[in-house]
Amino acid sequence: MERIAILKMGEYLLVTIQVDMHDRLAMTLQDDLTSRIVSSRAKGVLIDISALEMVDSFIGRMLGDTAAMSRVLDAETVVVGMRPAVAITLVELGLSLSGVRTALDVERGMDLLKARIKERRRSDGPS
Amino acid sequence: MTVLLSDHRTIQSSEDVVAVRQSVRQRAVEIGFNLIDQTKIVTAASELARNTVQHGGGGHVTIERVEEGGRRGLRLTFEDHGRGIPDVELAMRDGFSTGGGLGLGLSGARRLSNEFYIHSTPGEGTRVTIVRWR
Amino acid sequence: MAQDTNLLRHLLEQDGAGIVQRWIESQLASAGFRGDRISRAELAEQSRRFLSLVREASAAGTTDIQSPVWANTRQMLEELSTSRAHQGFSPSDTASFVFSLKDTLFDAIKQQGGRDPEAVTTGLTDVGGLLDRLGLYTTEAFQRSREQVIVRQQQELMELSTPVVTLWEGVLALPVIGTLDSARTQVVMESLLQKIVETGAAIAIIDITGVPTVDTLTAQHLLKTVAAARLMGADCIISGIRPQIAQTIVHLGVDLGTVITKATLADAFAIALRRLGLSVTKAQTQVKRRRATDEDEQPVEREDA
Repeated sequence: MERIAILKMGEYLLVTIQVDMHDRLAMTLQDDLTSRIVSSRAKGVLIDISALEMVDSFIGRMLGDTAAMSRVLDAETVVVGMRPAVAITLVELGLSLSGVRTALDVERGMDLLKARIKERRRSDGPS
Repeated sequence: MTVLLSDHRTIQSSEDVVAVRQSVRQRAVEIGFNLIDQTKIVTAASELARNTVQHGGGGHVTIERVEEGGRRGLRLTFEDHGRGIPDVELAMRDGFSTGGGLGLGLSGARRLSNEFYIHSTPGEGTRVTIVRWR
Repeated sequence: MAQDTNLLRHLLEQDGAGIVQRWIESQLASAGFRGDRISRAELAEQSRRFLSLVREASAAGTTDIQSPVWANTRQMLEELSTSRAHQGFSPSDTASFVFSLKDTLFDAIKQQGGRDPEAVTTGLTDVGGLLDRLGLYTTEAFQRSREQVIVRQQQELMELSTPVVTLWEGVLALPVIGTLDSARTQVVMESLLQKIVETGAAIAIIDITGVPTVDTLTAQHLLKTVAAARLMGADCIISGIRPQIAQTIVHLGVDLGTVITKATLADAFAIALRRLGLSVTKAQTQVKRRRATDEDEQPVEREDA
């Protein structure tokens, strides 16, 4: 079965979506990510959508749900690289993706993840 | 309105939804839509194609290059013979969903298009037509 | 009988130099000659060049000026139109240049035709028709170049009125001048988002000091721009909101949500810098060392490595 590759970098998981996903593939990705977060004790997930020419309500929902699920599993998620045409269309579509943190590119996304993880550690208090 | 070109595709699976996106993208590029207009109509097509599969039990789409009054456009007609929509007005409301989705499919497709028409008969099926002009 | 250029070619080969001379003289003698706009030498040169191109093209035989053999002639007429326009001539002045050749050629045809009225008539029709088409072509070319100027100016105006400026690394500013209609807002939105991608700036300040009024639609467009930028990973600050606009926004019930607004661009810039972890400090003043014995100041001596 086709799946989208998930790379592990220390305590981070990195996903680069480069194909036009059909709904089943998107769901598989969501499942794979949540499993992987648990199995690798990941603290941060970076989803790179810079190759996507279109994000519709289904994919948008997948991104939102993934971010929410990761948070429950004690990991932060950042979506990076959304293209201007995609962003404008999503706004017109009415999708706010309010629970999803975004950044312009992978580098900034990683900075954001590190900062948020640090914040979380601080608020969690000494172990 | 004159129809210059016509494409017909069946939509039965989620892979077909992807195929419809790609067809619509191709036609949109051919007509000369700018990138944002391309993205809008492809996204609208994706929403409606998905509806056809999930709520209509499968159906088909007709992709037409049209011309009217000197301007060129793309017209997409999604048709299924599914259970139909009992309350179209309700279905068009943001957030309303019978399938556990976000409920943005119909209303979103309307916002993303220049023209939007919907006709549905419960028990017989649904037909949604959207047009984007260049 | 189909039109052809054989007679024309024949005439030009026989007495090209004579025809060109008589044509130039007739133009100079005409009431419409603008000696203040064009010199005799220039007129002579243009006439010679035109006639030589016509002679070349007429060798092919066709009177269809859209055919490739007439390409050089068409190009010369286009260039002539443009340069004459710059010199202050009207489009009909330039067309007249072509039409004025008719008289000279008609004389030559009548002389040549002599006692053969049918040949004369055919000749006049062929040559007359050809020159009419060429004359019309010059006005069309003139029209086209004017239209191009207008389109280019419109484009430049739109771009000039909404430049995206890099205030600092990572901070963009979009000073909007004038009213924002639907079409313009779209252009503005797209160029801002594109600039965000190109420069990698995570903060964009949209300054509306130069926007006289804001209606619901404009406000919505602005908010959509901010929302789209946020989805991409950049934040927007709206600055330059005048009291009247603030009133309008409240009265219209527009919900700015979490969008940060500041009265001035300067305030917005200060916030942007703070977000980036930067601050502006005063530079230290240099202390000049004085030699104990001297009254004059001596600069500190440096050892050049």
